[in-house]
Amino acid sequence: MNHQQKTYEQKAYEKIQKKHEAKRPLLRNCIVAFFVGGLISMIGQGITYFYIYFFNFTEKTASNPTVATMIFLSMLLTGFGVYDRLGQFAGAGSAVPVTGFGNAVISAAIEHRSEGFVLGVGSNMFKLAGSVILFGVFSAFVVALIKTIFTGLGGG
Amino acid sequence: MLAGGQSWIFNRSPIILSTGIVGGPFEREGRIPEEFDYFYDDLWMGEDSYEKAHRKLIEEAVTIALKKGNIQKEVVQFMIGGDLINQITPTNFAARNISIPYLGIFSACSTSMEGLAIAASIINNDGANYIITGAASHNAAAERQYRYPTEYGAQKPPTAQWTVTGAGYAIIGKSNNQSKPRPKITSATIGKVVDMGLTDPFNMGQAMAPAAVDTIIAHFNDLGRDFDYYDLIITGDLGKIGRTTAIELLKEKGIPVAENKFLDCGLIIYREDQPVQAGASGAASSATVIYGHIFNQMKKGVYTKVLSIATGALLSPMTFQQKETIPCIAHAVSIEME
Repeated sequence: MNHQQKTYEQKAYEKIQKKHEAKRPLLRNCIVAFFVGGLISMIGQGITYFYIYFFNFTEKTASNPTVATMIFLSMLLTGFGVYDRLGQFAGAGSAVPVTGFGNAVISAAIEHRSEGFVLGVGSNMFKLAGSVILFGVFSAFVVALIKTIFTGLGGG
Repeated sequence: MLAGGQSWIFNRSPIILSTGIVGGPFEREGRIPEEFDYFYDDLWMGEDSYEKAHRKLIEEAVTIALKKGNIQKEVVQFMIGGDLINQITPTNFAARNISIPYLGIFSACSTSMEGLAIAASIINNDGANYIITGAASHNAAAERQYRYPTEYGAQKPPTAQWTVTGAGYAIIGKSNNQSKPRPKITSATIGKVVDMGLTDPFNMGQAMAPAAVDTIIAHFNDLGRDFDYYDLIITGDLGKIGRTTAIELLKEKGIPVAENKFLDCGLIIYREDQPVQAGASGAASSATVIYGHIFNQMKKGVYTKVLSIATGALLSPMTFQQKETIPCIAHAVSIEME
């Protein structure tokens, strides 16, 4: 059926199907995502200040231990089975911050423990996060390339 | 005996001798815990993988069915069953331990009624004295195969359904010298694969609704029956949205639907406040509800004539990733009290 035109019957069904399909509550999801995402980011900001005021970090260098701490918290919440419930409630609010990235890696690692460390955890850990890493690195490369060319042209 | 284009009439009325229904912790909190024979306290069931736990569900359901029917497994000729996992390994591996000659079948969530139709046909034609048939599914094993890791925090849309953790098996035998009335299998309609072009794996109910309607109409045409013939027509796992869609489709085809007689197993098993979105799904949805709840209701005299239609979505994660549409199927079996 792939790439084929829909048949007359399928088009007729589409109308009935659309009528009964429950839509995602978009407005509710956006509002909840805004507040939960904001809350997670606020906790992150608090941790950043914690590292700046109590340890020898600057505003620039404090982001590394902050991310590590947030991912550690995300790992605990994933392991205790809380993060997937938070995800159902908050949607993008818990998926977009770095904790969501941590959850994607950690949940896959936990899931494939039953296939062993090498064939299970090792080869499946990044099955959800892999695309994020690949396309993240690639777009960073493209952006850096553009920047280099422009600054080069500018006679820098 | 063949009736019409795609139905069988079982004139020697094979009967259901006993059933074994097991479930997980989430099913125990549901609406019909008293209809289950046994519950496991967690999804691991004392095993080290969800797939092994899945196998255990099947072994336990078969053992319970044999015990309740007081039937030795040596006299059972065949076991017919399946599940949702790749190569139906949980059922295959359970059959290794159960050690009854075995036919593994895959028809996604319509496996239960496909198995029952085949079993009844074999018994009706003297191919066996006893057959045990059923289906099973395991929430976490299905989630990890079809969707995401179980602990991954993805938001499910309101059309999504919850895979039942459980197994339902029934022993089918010949109808003679029975002291008490038992549910007998009177006919079956084998469904066609129907594809209405839907692609969303989080909306199985609406993908499967046209298949259910197609099989119901074929059943009515083949046997010259209509809604009035049955006390109850029950689908396997259409869920809230799939059910209302099926009702509209039936009405559109000129079949008046008595909505209080048209139920769905996926809306019976869990309570309203459990977070299952549009309802239950999975091969065990129809297997546990039909073999447990509905049979008990029939024995109590609530229903005498029931048409059970189990619906299945025949997709795999790969066909979804390759952007194929979702083909679906439905098999119907009519069950009547003696």
